[in-house]
Amino acid sequence: MAGTSAAATALDPNGPLVSVRNVSKRFPGILANDRITIDFWPGEVHVLLGENGAGKSTLVSMLTGFLQPSEGQIEVAGVPQDLASPQRALDLGIGAVYQHSMLAPTLTLAENVSLGRSWWRRPDRRGIADEMRKTAASVGITIRPEALTSALSLGERQQAEIVRALMRGSRFLILDEATAMLTPKDAEKLGNLMRRLAQDGRGVVFITHKLNEAVSYGDRISVLRQGKQVGGLTPERLRAMDKDEARDEIVRLMFGARTASSEMTKVASAPRRRIDGTEKPILEILALEVDDDATPVSGIDVKIRPGEIVGIAGIDGNGQVQLAEALAGQRPVRDGRIYLDGVPIEDKSIGARRNLGLSYVTDDRLGEGIVGTFPVSLNLLLKQIGDTPFWKHGLEQPLEIARNAEEKVSAFDIRTPGIGTPAGKLSGGNIQKLLLARELGEKTRAVIFAKPTYGLDLQNIEASRNRIREAADARKAVLLISTELDELLELSDRIAVMSQGRIVGIVDNNETARQRVGELMSGVGE
Amino acid sequence: MTSEMAIAPDSGENERKSRLNMRDDRLHFLIITIGPVLATLVIASFILMAMGVSPLDYYGYIFQRGMLSPSGVQATLTRMGPLLLIAASLIVCFRAGIWNLGGDAQFILGAVFVAAAGPELVAILPVWLMLLLCLSIGAAAGAVWSLVPAFLRAYQGINEIITTMMMTFLGGSLANVLVKLVFLDPETTVPQTRTLAVSDRLPRLFDTTVSSGVLLGLAAVLIVHFTMNRTAFGLRLRIVGANAKAAVHAGLPVATLTVIVFSLSAGLAGLAGAVAVLGQTGNVRADWNPAYTLTIVPLVFLARFNGFATIAFVFLFSVLSIGSESAARRLGVPNYFTLVTMATLLILMAVAEMIDQRRRKRKEV
Repeated sequence: MAGTSAAATALDPNGPLVSVRNVSKRFPGILANDRITIDFWPGEVHVLLGENGAGKSTLVSMLTGFLQPSEGQIEVAGVPQDLASPQRALDLGIGAVYQHSMLAPTLTLAENVSLGRSWWRRPDRRGIADEMRKTAASVGITIRPEALTSALSLGERQQAEIVRALMRGSRFLILDEATAMLTPKDAEKLGNLMRRLAQDGRGVVFITHKLNEAVSYGDRISVLRQGKQVGGLTPERLRAMDKDEARDEIVRLMFGARTASSEMTKVASAPRRRIDGTEKPILEILALEVDDDATPVSGIDVKIRPGEIVGIAGIDGNGQVQLAEALAGQRPVRDGRIYLDGVPIEDKSIGARRNLGLSYVTDDRLGEGIVGTFPVSLNLLLKQIGDTPFWKHGLEQPLEIARNAEEKVSAFDIRTPGIGTPAGKLSGGNIQKLLLARELGEKTRAVIFAKPTYGLDLQNIEASRNRIREAADARKAVLLISTELDELLELSDRIAVMSQGRIVGIVDNNETARQRVGELMSGVGE
Repeated sequence: MTSEMAIAPDSGENERKSRLNMRDDRLHFLIITIGPVLATLVIASFILMAMGVSPLDYYGYIFQRGMLSPSGVQATLTRMGPLLLIAASLIVCFRAGIWNLGGDAQFILGAVFVAAAGPELVAILPVWLMLLLCLSIGAAAGAVWSLVPAFLRAYQGINEIITTMMMTFLGGSLANVLVKLVFLDPETTVPQTRTLAVSDRLPRLFDTTVSSGVLLGLAAVLIVHFTMNRTAFGLRLRIVGANAKAAVHAGLPVATLTVIVFSLSAGLAGLAGAVAVLGQTGNVRADWNPAYTLTIVPLVFLARFNGFATIAFVFLFSVLSIGSESAARRLGVPNYFTLVTMATLLILMAVAEMIDQRRRKRKEV
């Protein structure tokens, strides 16, 4: 084993670190990767871009040994290698960091690092901790190896994972959507760390949905579309462009002729709906208080009129989830009132609130939004189990269930092999469409959207935002929780800012909104 | 945990290909199911030869007794009644993601209360009414014994594996005490309850000695299978089992459903006890505790909670256990050798399952 990792380190400095040669990967009915050839060079941050389902994850899985190519080969330091297992990939110096932390939360960072080592030896905690500190310092970050993993932010955990990979001798690091769940500040830190890793002569592969990050941190960009490599930008070209040019070029590569429509995302102000200030609100939240160990919520006062979108801005973890769950009925309310069309609902069950017309589009799509092993058709009815016409006297009516599913699948453009496909097998964007199809019915009066576009690709982001606009156009009351300020500015009529469980201010969405929301978020004027 | 059934078949484009694939799958399925049985026979034969017994004689005798001789078949079918009810009990809870491993106590308590009530009731009631009442008593006794674990799990989130197993120790002892101190038949020297006359037991089928308990068992497994797969109630339970967070999100009363699942599962286990007494033994002896549940657990798992496959496995188990009880007397092979055979079979089946899953993963990927 030691010999192979030596092979990976003793590479020809002029050759690529890892090369993918004509690699194809077939799944039943799908060609996930179609003859892809990419060189990954040392000293570069190589950004992989593509919509959800373009084949990025498949490619990464093959590089990390979780999947094996159907055709073609992968070369490490110029030598063809069979990456038969994740262990093999690690031995060859290929490390990966993912969107979700892979560290055991109940152990300290140092203990996590000791996990991969010989089980019969007592872990040398102090030695490992020193080594960790040294490795971290060598790439310009500080970490506390004694800290319990669960006490750290996701950003800190991911830094630790990178340090762990470096300690294992990784010369080639894959960051698979590693910034997706980070706060903007942590994402920036990770970006800078990436740059330093590349400067030290390592190879970095960075997968992201955020074009800004791609342009800011990448040296070279490759774009995948429908399993094919459709182009990219070399370091020379990328350097020659300014950021806007680069973004336009990437969007053109990712979406082909559809550039014009995706430009829409940059145009902030869609025509504003007219909100009648005297109209009776649909959703009224009065002095709401919710218990929580980490972030108790209090002092929430919001009124949403028909056709109005009220945004909730704030960094992740400031009580947004608690608020959404309390409104939906998944979490008890300690004090305060919630009225839906004048009816107090704070003591009503989840089902009763839904029947009154309250919908909740959760951001925990896989965790609570769907049952992954159940077919799409049943997931579309998860909140209507037992209702006619899909069940009669408690008996399933397969024809009705299938009809409903076909209808929703085509109305919401859910891309699925069939309505019997387990929902967990769909891509993130399609799972979100499934949730939207389930939550946006005709009876719906008020909708809570929790981070509705997070983790989605550009096209699905646009589709989701259109659904939010449509909901408001249909005179529903919309509460839009988002961590993306641009999204809130694009969609909302008013924006409330949440900080440490309280709403610290509500501003009308006009020219000065960006400035004022930013001030409220950063604590100015408190 | 389970492979959910698709509601609509896929489009018929690759029909020919999929038919070929299906034939391949069927062959594979056959190997996966029959293979472990054959391998078990081979391994057990070696052990028998080491013990100086001819395996041909032994297995020939078992199959002759368990499946060919009229009295053996009848005993096999009679034994299937309680076993099938226990299997139904396990399918309910496992599919709802709940590990009720306390079936042994629920079974024996159901049996004890039925054995105590039967002879008393038959004196004042017509037989059919006594039987109905006794079946309800058995189910109720089992269900009551699961309430503590049920509430602890539903409202405190306490792991039911531990609590149900602890309740098994308590329940087994309680049953023993009840037989020795409370329900003791004063007319015998052996500590046991009064015995229900053969004519007062569950009716036999036609002219055989097969107890109609087997019909109750078959009905229970089939009803459970149908309920879990085709009704709104079953779907709710499956959602709780497959993703409890999604169940909360969808507004299902998870705590209430949990208690209901425990009651149903334990009720079926208690019913199994009732059927064992009313159909087979007629009384409960203080030293009687067949502890069927933990043997049925792997069978139900290997059947992937499918009702029909469960029935097949339970039949096989019944044949082996009845046949080997006779073989023990005839050939001097200890009765426990059934357990050796069964354990070998279960392990080999698990191995086959593992191979099968690897294959499916390969196909998927």
